[in-house]
Amino acid sequence: MLFFSYFKDLVGQEVTVELKNDLAIRGTLHSVDQYLNIKLENTRVVDQDKFPHMLSVRNCFIRGSVVRYVQLPPDGVDVDLLHDAARREARGG
Amino acid sequence: MSGEEDATVREPLDLIRLSLDERIYVKLRSDRQLRGKLHAFDQHLNMILGDVEEVITTVEIDDETYEEIVRTTKRNIQYLFVRGDGVILVSPPLRTT
Repeated sequence: MLFFSYFKDLVGQEVTVELKNDLAIRGTLHSVDQYLNIKLENTRVVDQDKFPHMLSVRNCFIRGSVVRYVQLPPDGVDVDLLHDAARREARGG
Repeated sequence: MSGEEDATVREPLDLIRLSLDERIYVKLRSDRQLRGKLHAFDQHLNMILGDVEEVITTVEIDDETYEEIVRTTKRNIQYLFVRGDGVILVSPPLRTT
């Protein structure tokens, strides 16, 4: 739940999603769900020469399980809030 | 700072909790390593790290000599969400001379 809430708060910001197949997609975070599936808008592929597959794609749905990293905007991270949430989270299970 | 927090370490995730706001070393699948400051994590080992250095290690084999050439690629990212299913291990930073 922690990261689901975090990404919900991040909607509207620019992120770069790096997939497990090394494809990196930059776009505006449109929505996220409990599985951390991601919908991006206004997308462009980071290395367009290496990955020409998606030149004309502007919006996409990314299955959460294929994500390796999400590069976050510097002002999208409230460090103290995250610390407190993480301290409370991983407990009781 | 508010609230009562249980400070006893009972399970492995509690050990990681001790490293919050500290620098850690993360070994990932596909011969990748991360070093960064741990800002958040969950039971899946999804994490948010800050001031991250990623190191990717590749081994090339020379066609003629068959020698193994080990290469590392490094990259720095300010804030990174890491999906937990790629994580192998988490530790305090290793001391390298």
